[in-house]
Amino acid sequence: MAAPGSETQYPEPDAPAAPGAAAEHPAGGPADPPYRRLYRSPHGRILGGVAHGLAVHLGLPVRWVRLAFVLLFFAQGIGALLYAAFWFVVPIGIGEPAPGAATQWAYVNGAFVRVGVGTARPAGPTKGRSRGIARLRELLQGTFLGAPDPAGPGGAPAPGEAAGTGRTGGAGQLVALLALVVGVIAVLNALHIQTAKPYVWPLLTIGVGVALVWRQADDSRWQRWFGLDEGSKRRSAFVRVAAGVLLVVVGIVAFLVLQGSGSTLASVVEASLAVLAGMLVLVGPYALRMWQDLGAERTARIRAQERAEIAAHVHDSVLHTLTLIQRRAEDPKEVLRLARAQERELRLWLYRPDAVAEAAPDTLAEHVRAVVAEVEDRHGVPVELVCVGDCPMDERIAAQMQAAREAMVNAAKYGGGGPVQVYAEVEGRTVSVFVRDHGPGFDPDTVPEDRMGVRESIVGRMRRHGGTARVRPAAGGGTEVELEMERADD
Amino acid sequence: MTDTGGTAPERTARVVLVDDHRMFRTGVRAEIGRTEVTGIDVVGEADDVESAVQVVAATRPDVVLLDVHLPGGGGVEVLRRSAPLMGDQGGVRFLALSVSDAAEDVIGVIRGGARGYVTKTITGSDLVGAIFRISDGDAVFSPRLAGFVLDAFAATDTPPVDEDLDRLTQREREVLRLIARGYAYKEIAKQLFISVKTVESHVSAVLRKLQLSNRHELTRWATARRLV
Repeated sequence: MAAPGSETQYPEPDAPAAPGAAAEHPAGGPADPPYRRLYRSPHGRILGGVAHGLAVHLGLPVRWVRLAFVLLFFAQGIGALLYAAFWFVVPIGIGEPAPGAATQWAYVNGAFVRVGVGTARPAGPTKGRSRGIARLRELLQGTFLGAPDPAGPGGAPAPGEAAGTGRTGGAGQLVALLALVVGVIAVLNALHIQTAKPYVWPLLTIGVGVALVWRQADDSRWQRWFGLDEGSKRRSAFVRVAAGVLLVVVGIVAFLVLQGSGSTLASVVEASLAVLAGMLVLVGPYALRMWQDLGAERTARIRAQERAEIAAHVHDSVLHTLTLIQRRAEDPKEVLRLARAQERELRLWLYRPDAVAEAAPDTLAEHVRAVVAEVEDRHGVPVELVCVGDCPMDERIAAQMQAAREAMVNAAKYGGGGPVQVYAEVEGRTVSVFVRDHGPGFDPDTVPEDRMGVRESIVGRMRRHGGTARVRPAAGGGTEVELEMERADD
Repeated sequence: MTDTGGTAPERTARVVLVDDHRMFRTGVRAEIGRTEVTGIDVVGEADDVESAVQVVAATRPDVVLLDVHLPGGGGVEVLRRSAPLMGDQGGVRFLALSVSDAAEDVIGVIRGGARGYVTKTITGSDLVGAIFRISDGDAVFSPRLAGFVLDAFAATDTPPVDEDLDRLTQREREVLRLIARGYAYKEIAKQLFISVKTVESHVSAVLRKLQLSNRHELTRWATARRLV
């Protein structure tokens, strides 16, 4: 654990990544909110985040709270009861800063990524004890699959991520869990609490099982909010719930056996099963209806949020632009520019799937779009772009983009003010960009020396980076610049 | 896209405008509706699916200018319900007009039976040219549509279900690429040393593949608009 008071900030997730979260949880930025509601903290929690949440709520170091719980635990187990009650009642929250957590989470690309575990501490020889505690803590967090998956969906585990925690699913966790139970028993023995007492074992087993299942419930809520990759985690979730249920069942059976009703165990099980089946038949329809209603409600809420988001994103800027257009009505060039820029923004927002943009922000298509936008804005000439295929950027293609930009600027300036047509295509390893205008055209051989644009920034640049550039009159009038480049080896 | 054929129209086409924006219909009518100049005779207008189907059935125009987004099910629904009127010979033909850039919209109306797709930013003279092209039974591709088609038919590892429909020929690909680069049919013909007629037949062949192919990209786009 880091020193108490070392504040870490959790960047607020932006709305699209957390449907349903924003509505329930006011943003808790660095500034103190007017009143502090009690939430369980999902950050750096060991079990349910109760201690953390309380610590934040009361403004105490989290260690003290944990210590208090531990001490209370030895007072007839009141600590455990209290903890369970808090866990049960207090909602899990997001966005509140966690005091002095060694684990930091950065919000990257729609997923929380663990940063600074083992890197937050200064490198070099650390005291064995503190490292041991940190390791134990990580082990605990891993056991109950602490805060969200350290690796974003499809990402690699963050540096410092201990192997086998949080990502291995069932087996490793169960081993860790058993180790934990043994450890607790050892501690109890050391403190002369009679483990000989027959009911301690079953109760402990039940407790651990319940904790597992509750923890899983927390995590699945967490996942829902952050839209983490659910498919890949379903199995481990299932394993955890199953393990929890198994533990509870084993505990109860052991309890019954110890009570001495073991001889009639078969009939007891039979009777309980019958009762359970009866309950299911009676309550099933209601539960199902409730479940469906919940789903419907959630969908409705997400829709409403989406609408609100559209309003926030789009309506505002559209209205703003329309106002500007009215005020600048006597300046047709400016009006054209404003309208075009707004149209572009709106189109981008409407027709480009967010997933694409977020998954690959650094691709050819995105770059061409940016260049087109810039040229349109600066020169007030509409540029129509068609993209086929896509590829990641590299230095050569960056050079090609520079040349393409120069070609677009030329077309906008000397193309007679008509629309400029840009076509970018990735085919195998070849990237081609065509820039065409419908202007008067010109002969590249008779370019005056002072028009260095074409000669240097287009033809020369492409050649230096191993590509080719051709400037020629287009069939039917105007000029077309063709830029061809082989992609660098990935 | 094409030339308009001089000042005095040597031919006419009867057109129905389907669009839910009255301002847009008025604008189009003002630009192309002067029959003595353009040869276009606007015989009807409609602003939703229901009225569009009725007007088209009643007037039997040569060409319907069809907006993709319409109240009551969209342009696709109009196409579905007017299908019996679309014949190879003298049937009603549809040209889709839209402000949309979404692939599923574009591919969707084409698979629904429209013979062309242009954006609403098209100039009046180009639109007139496109209408006559459509009424001749040819296809009209905007650069963006050409880009989508190239994307949809891009080389993939999946084996084609139907060799004839699921692949573009080299020539077709060249023609589409030139359309995407902003070339008009006449310019394409000049560039490839073929006749405009040949260019038109290549584009029509691509249109046919687009409407009939079962390539999964196309089906994906089509199902996105709930039509297959």
